[in-house]
Amino acid sequence: MTVWRFKGGVHPPTKKFARDAKIEKASLPTRFYVFVAQNSGNPPKLIVNVNTEVKTGQKIAEADGFVSVPLHSPVTGKIIEIKKEKNPVTGRPADLVIIERTKEDEWVKLDAGSYETFTPEEIKKRVLEAGIVGLGGATFPTHVKLSPSKKVDTVILNGAECEPYLTIDDRMMVEHADEICKGGIAIAKAVGAQKIFVGIEENKQEAIEIMEKTASTMGIEIIKLPTKYPQGSEKHLIYAVTKKHVPSGGLPMDVGVVVDNVSTARTIYRALEYGEPLIERGLTITGEGIKSSKNIIARIGTPISDLLSISSPLDEPLRVILGGPMTGVAVETIDIGISKGTSGITVLPEAIIEKGPETNCIRCNRCVEACPTQLEPYLLYKLFKKKMFNEMKDNNLMDCIECGSCAYVCPANIDHVKAFKTAKVVVRTLGRR
Amino acid sequence: MKLLTGPAPHIHDNISTRRIMLDVLIALTPAAILAVLMWGWYMLLLEVGSMAFAEFLEFFVMRVFRKKKDFVPDLSAAVTGLLLVFNVPAGISWWTMAVGLVVAVIIGKEIFGGIGNNPFNPALVGRLFMYISFPIAMISWPVVDWLNFGHAAYDLQTTATPLGNAKLHGIVATNQLFHGLGLNSFLGIIPGSAGETSALLLIAGFLYLWWRRIVSYEIPVAYIGTTFVLSAIFWLADPNAYFNPLTAIMVGGLMLGALFMATDPVTSPVTPLGKWAFGIGCGVITVLIRYIGAYPEGVNFAILLMNALVPFINHFTKRRVFGTVKVNG
Repeated sequence: MTVWRFKGGVHPPTKKFARDAKIEKASLPTRFYVFVAQNSGNPPKLIVNVNTEVKTGQKIAEADGFVSVPLHSPVTGKIIEIKKEKNPVTGRPADLVIIERTKEDEWVKLDAGSYETFTPEEIKKRVLEAGIVGLGGATFPTHVKLSPSKKVDTVILNGAECEPYLTIDDRMMVEHADEICKGGIAIAKAVGAQKIFVGIEENKQEAIEIMEKTASTMGIEIIKLPTKYPQGSEKHLIYAVTKKHVPSGGLPMDVGVVVDNVSTARTIYRALEYGEPLIERGLTITGEGIKSSKNIIARIGTPISDLLSISSPLDEPLRVILGGPMTGVAVETIDIGISKGTSGITVLPEAIIEKGPETNCIRCNRCVEACPTQLEPYLLYKLFKKKMFNEMKDNNLMDCIECGSCAYVCPANIDHVKAFKTAKVVVRTLGRR
Repeated sequence: MKLLTGPAPHIHDNISTRRIMLDVLIALTPAAILAVLMWGWYMLLLEVGSMAFAEFLEFFVMRVFRKKKDFVPDLSAAVTGLLLVFNVPAGISWWTMAVGLVVAVIIGKEIFGGIGNNPFNPALVGRLFMYISFPIAMISWPVVDWLNFGHAAYDLQTTATPLGNAKLHGIVATNQLFHGLGLNSFLGIIPGSAGETSALLLIAGFLYLWWRRIVSYEIPVAYIGTTFVLSAIFWLADPNAYFNPLTAIMVGGLMLGALFMATDPVTSPVTPLGKWAFGIGCGVITVLIRYIGAYPEGVNFAILLMNALVPFINHFTKRRVFGTVKVNG
């Protein structure tokens, strides 16, 4: 099958240190730091109070509206505190629930059954009840994706994992190919799609072989994608597989496609087959800042400090990043828990992140060539400096996918993405024109 | 544990403006050495002196007038300095050179706000000023005197360049005066400006920059290709009045202009389509000036004129953004 190469993109060193490390289960800490708002859209409403005893998998917050999912307790124990804490991803204060583990897991599960027996409506309901969001990092509620208002004929599972360092999706495909494919079938059934593809970057040979073997018996096709950042961007993945452009400001369903991350597919399967709500996820702990890179499955709310302590961090100033190095968010404290969107913890020492002070743009063109969306980042930045937000919008600012390719290649050390994120907020807030 | 913060992306390609400028200097080095071999030590003095003086001028302006305490030189002024030496006759007097450098760096670049803000190629601004202000010095090209380090370049007998000669005495006389002009101009063994004579070495330098992914091929290909095609039309119409097209693209500083001056990122368009338009425009203007205008060569004017059009070219050659439908206009 022809794979369509998108224009632009960059080739940062992939540094997949943990590609051969088997997924381990992280041991349970005593305290869990659970943010209530872990999905994009509306945060759920808390239905517990301080001192409430909770069980593993018990619902502690109820979905608030359609674009919202419930939240479940990751552990059996007691809620000891509910407070406001700065959410590192949004940068704003958010409700944080601190749960102390008191005993071994006592489970509250959803009613389960063979994944093939459910009707589309039952699948969507269970996906919602399990609190499932996109595990690639965007945390968009999955049941919304499974309820397209337009005809969808294609499901693409995203196994590109184009972010450098991260390896968890790779390992999931190697170790749980079967569950991922079955999740894909459930997604296709829910949206009424006939075709299922799994897009995997060429540098993951082992995953491709195992997935091909598993998928061939289920009518799922594996697509080998060129290794190029940001191949895993939803729009660019759809283009690679179908040659269709998701229209500016539109959604994948506008071109008849639904995209879900491979780890999300596995979570869907486990919610259907075993009734497990989303209370744990796989993530990669990696980077030059720690001595042992690994892939682990950890409960939501597990403190970053606990995960770092088992990875032997270097004794020097470090940048601890939720996610990968291209789009991840550097945290200001490690005493917060991981969330549904934490696909990795990348720890980088000063020598890796070091870059010089910003200098004048010489229009060297590298950002223009690197932009996978064919924007002109140098021009947008020039307009940003002059606070010409309307003009930025006219130059397609809102189509920026914030992949960071422009800032990665910039010889003048300009932080384009930081500026563009700010500008987007301004444009949305002012809502001009 | 001490935590470092900062915006994404957290990793960075190993590139800086200084590194880019250093690569340009490296690419120009072979031609710079050839000039020394052809005209003696004085050329080395001019080249190194000009780079140092240009850097000094920029440093002085930034630190003293613009009060940028943290300004660190990025070698861009040195590139301007070396390119200006390449663009003037070998053996030009040092003070003429110094005046040209002051104009190039200060009028051509700093008054617009320094690197990245100048609309015109600074070296070409400097050259144009010298051409108008010192017309005799700017058309006195010393004869080639291989490996003779005994005397200074400015003592050498001067002669005309092929294009200048052709304008005055016609093409037949020029071809008699310069035997094997096509090949010699490719190798660089003709009288001319210091660094612009050897197409071979300039192409080698350009390929180095291309391999380093610092320049793209569109502008040189469009510029040289357009000049070749238009020259061929003139030549086919009257072979006794015009150079054959191969010679036409070797002489008159076209190679230096197309490979190193027109490709200056600050003063050229950003999209591939824009670069083609820019290169073709340069080629058309160059040929028109050479064959119809009053001046013997047109590279300098052509590039400066096209520099002025860059904002318009950029505006009209935007790419189609992923996921959008092309709007008319």
